[in-house]
Parts: sequence; C-alpha cells; structure tokens
Amino acid sequence: MANNFHHRIKVKQTWIAYLFIVVPAIILGIFTYYPMIYGVVLSFFKYDFISPMKWVGVANYAKAFHSWQFWNAMKNSFLYLLVVPPLQLLAIVMALLVNRQMKGVNVFRTFYFIPVITSMTVVALSWDWIFTRRGVLNYVLMALHLIPQPIGWLTNPHIALFSIMFVTMWKGMGYYMMLYLAGLQGVPSTLIEAAKIDGASNSTIFWKITLPLLKPYVMFCSIISTIAALNVFTEIYVMTGGGPYHATETMGVLIYKKAFENLNFGYSSALAVILSVVLIIATMVNLKFFKEGGVQSYYG
Amino acid sequence: MVNSKKRRNLIYVLILMTFFAVITTFPYYWTFKTSVEVSANVYKFPPDLIPHPVTFRNYAVVWSQLGLVKFYLNSILLTVVGVLVNVFLAALAAYPLARFDFYGKKIVFYVMLLPLMLPFQGGLIVNYLTLKNMHLLNTYTGVILPLAVSAFGVFLFRQAYLGIPKDFEDAARIDGAGEFYIWFRIMTPLITPTISAFAILQAITWWDIFLWPLIVLSDSNKYPLAVALMYLNSTFQTNFKYTAAGMILASLPLIIAFIFMQRFFVRGLTAGGVKY
Repeated sequence: MANNFHHRIKVKQTWIAYLFIVVPAIILGIFTYYPMIYGVVLSFFKYDFISPMKWVGVANYAKAFHSWQFWNAMKNSFLYLLVVPPLQLLAIVMALLVNRQMKGVNVFRTFYFIPVITSMTVVALSWDWIFTRRGVLNYVLMALHLIPQPIGWLTNPHIALFSIMFVTMWKGMGYYMMLYLAGLQGVPSTLIEAAKIDGASNSTIFWKITLPLLKPYVMFCSIISTIAALNVFTEIYVMTGGGPYHATETMGVLIYKKAFENLNFGYSSALAVILSVVLIIATMVNLKFFKEGGVQSYYG
Repeated sequence: MVNSKKRRNLIYVLILMTFFAVITTFPYYWTFKTSVEVSANVYKFPPDLIPHPVTFRNYAVVWSQLGLVKFYLNSILLTVVGVLVNVFLAALAAYPLARFDFYGKKIVFYVMLLPLMLPFQGGLIVNYLTLKNMHLLNTYTGVILPLAVSAFGVFLFRQAYLGIPKDFEDAARIDGAGEFYIWFRIMTPLITPTISAFAILQAITWWDIFLWPLIVLSDSNKYPLAVALMYLNSTFQTNFKYTAAGMILASLPLIIAFIFMQRFFVRGLTAGGVKY
C-alpha cells in the first residue's frame, strides 16, 4: 500500500521534473550532443557548403596524416601543452606572496588578477605592440644591455610561439593564483602552528603540509590549463594569425582556418575529432594523475 | 638576529611582488599611454616612455566617430541577455535534480553534467551548420543559443538547491502553491549568493567573448567589443591611439566592477575549484 503511494508520488514528480528539464535538455541535445555525433559523421564527408555532401571514407584522416601542416600544428599544440600547464604552477608562488596579512596586499592581488577579466583581444593587441621589433620591450632590453640587437618576438619563427605562450600565461596566472589562494586560506593555521612548535622549517612546512593540501587545486588548475593550452586560439589569431610561416599555427587555429577560411568542413571536422581525442586523453592523464573532474570552454 | 632575518625575507618578498606587479600592469600603462598621445606610434624608436602632451580627444573620436558606442551597446545587450538566459536555464535544469525524486534522475544528471568532462572540438563547425539551417546566422540568438545551458551552472545551482531545508517547500506546498511558483518565488531567491557568483562569471565570459561571435556574425555592425576592437585595429592600422582608447574603454567596466565587487568575483571564479 505504502509502496504504491510512493510510486504515485514519484510518477507525479517525474512529470513535473521533466517539465523543468525539457527546455535545457533540448538545447543541450541540439548544440552539445548532436555536434559530438554529427562532427564525427561529417569527418567522413567532403562538404564545402556549395556542392552536396560527398562520402569520402577515411580520406580526410589520411589527408591529415600525410599533411605537413597537420603535423606542424600538432607539434605546436604539443609544445603549448608541454610548456604552459607546468608553468602554471608558478601561480602557487604568487599565491604564497599575497597570502599574508600586510597593508596594501590587496592592491597586489588586484594587479595580478586584472588580466583575467580583460578580454584576450585587448591583451593580445597590447602585447602585440610591446613585442613589435621596434617596440618598447626591445628598447628596454637593449637599454639594459641584455640583448645586442632587437629580437623579432613575433616575427622570428623560432621565438614567436614562445612569445604567445607568455601572453597566454600572463592572462591566466591571476586566475590560478586566486584558486591557489583559496586553497591556501583553507589550510588550517593550527596545523602550521603545530609544525612550527615541533621545529619544522618553512620549506618543510611548504613541501610536507601546504603543498599536499593544495593537491585538489593543483589538479583543477592542471586540467583547466591543459584544456586551455590545447584549445588556444584568440591570442594567436590576433597576434600572428598562425604565422610567420605557420610557426604559431596550432590545432585550434588550423581547425578554424580549414573550416571558416577554406570552407573545408569535412576535413576540419576530422581535425577536430583528432584534437578531441588528444584532449580526452590529456584530461584522462590529468585525472589519473590527480583523480577528479574539470571544466571546459572552447568558445571564448 | 631573528628580526633582521625576517626583515630581509620581507624585502625579498616585496621585490618579487613588485616584479610581478610591474609585469602584470605594464601593458595597461602602455596601452593607456598610447591612448592619450597626440601622435601615437608604437613603432617609434626609441619610444617615449611618458606621453607628452596628454590628450583625451582620442577617446571622443573612437567613441562617437569610429562608433565604439555601438559596439558597446552590442556587448551590453549580449552580456545582459546571455547572463539571464544562463541563470534561468541552469536554475530550471538544476532544481529537479536537487529537490525531486523522479524516474530517470540519474541519467538526466549525467546528461546535464557530462559536457563538463567531455571537451569536444567539433562544436564550432556543427553548430555553425545547424545555425545556418535554422536561419540564425548573423543573429544574437545564434550567438547565445549554443552557450545557453552551462553545465557548470547546473552543477553549482544543484549544490545550492541541495542545501535548502525541506521545510521551506513543504510549507509552501501545504499552502497550495504550484511547483513552478515554489521554484521561482521561494527556492530560487534562497540561492541568490550562488546565482550572483555564477552571473558574474558568465558576465565576464559574455563581455570578453571573441571566437564564437566572430564565426556567427557576418555584419560588423553587430560585433561585440572584443571582435570590434580586432576589426578596428585592422581597419585603422596606423591609428594606434584610437584602438588603444577603445581597448581601455572596453576593459574599464569589468575592472571597475571587480574593484567594487571583489568578493563576488573571487567566489564565482573559485567556485569550481573548491567544490570539485
């Protein structure tokens, strides 16, 4: 009897629940789940908008694997992955610096954080001007006698990608710092006091107490920065457009160019599928490394 | 002894802090400097480190003559509507997941939250084609729809709804209130702190959005600020001072908002990390 009663309530709640869910679910279905499936389907077709879709089997993938431009973009994306997410750990140093009771410390926090809320277009244009051959960075470095002649920060194919990586980090650091700061403030001060009384040095406290307690934050930042590194687009698009000589062309830029400049949607979808596989593997490696979940955004 | 060592450490800390502060603030100074110069030229070598004479005319020119005001209004519209849609849909989806016992709840839960875990790259291309078929290219609806449901928002709101004691809705139910009324008028106002944190997070996303509107919008009159600045920069290539003034104007609202509402910003941005 009671069971039947519960069942009836649950049926009624089910109806109402789905009334709540129906609109968000339809939107997710069309714009999140459908692209996952149709993106894979599209990667087996030739499609350019004008002529009808044509089945080409794995030709798009074969084309990618035989293309130097694809491997070049892969190489650049992997370089990004190898440099940017590990250096994000530097934000722990920034967090430690501003995690103190001191007059004016909030001003520093604000300074470090403002790049996070500045649009990447603005950030990239500013650095574009600073990096230019006859720009202020070369001037300052030459005035300090650190370099003998101007460096082509964005025009030298061996340097350009690293200059853009710097910009990516410059904008992201404050975000990671805020997360680490939240983590540091969650470390119980009694724990630190107790360790001090036991005679532990500052470095012992950091390595043995603080850092292990920050581990969930390191994991989260690691996942976010990995996904961001593999998706990098705006700063490259604004500063170099992928040049010079494809030296800064990453997978994100190549996918965009193939789809929206060459109207090669099938090929571009194949590239997107490949990048997604790399992303999923990279995220799984992170999860395996730290055990937990993450957030993504590829529209920014 | 101990004191002098402490003082020395503090000096190192201050030097390091200042070093980072110089690196983070210099580009703003440089852009500002460029924006107030009479004949700004970022290729001038050696550069003038301090602007002389200073003028604010560039701001007036970029605002009215070059039409920045139009792009500003575009961004305001996109941000306001985008945030409202994000909050509304996340609240709708999250509520039953937190408060109802229903058939298929587990599956719905995973369907709503899986996008958080699955980074998929094909979205740009397929969504573009979908919008084309729906005749929504070059519209704000087209810009907003694919980003309307934030899995992260659903996740945050569900956590918040879970924290409300059961008595609240029971009391309303006894009074004969409908479920949507209870959701909208009683339960949702109770999670205002979470909503404001999420709304700020989304406002930053919408204000700074670049790639997606660049793809969807073909009419440059509809560009939001970030896209418009890129467009201005390439159209008026040598007029750095105007672009610079536009960049400062575009960045100011969020910077001012951050200074006055720091706590909400930090809560929004760190919510993901803390709760995972």
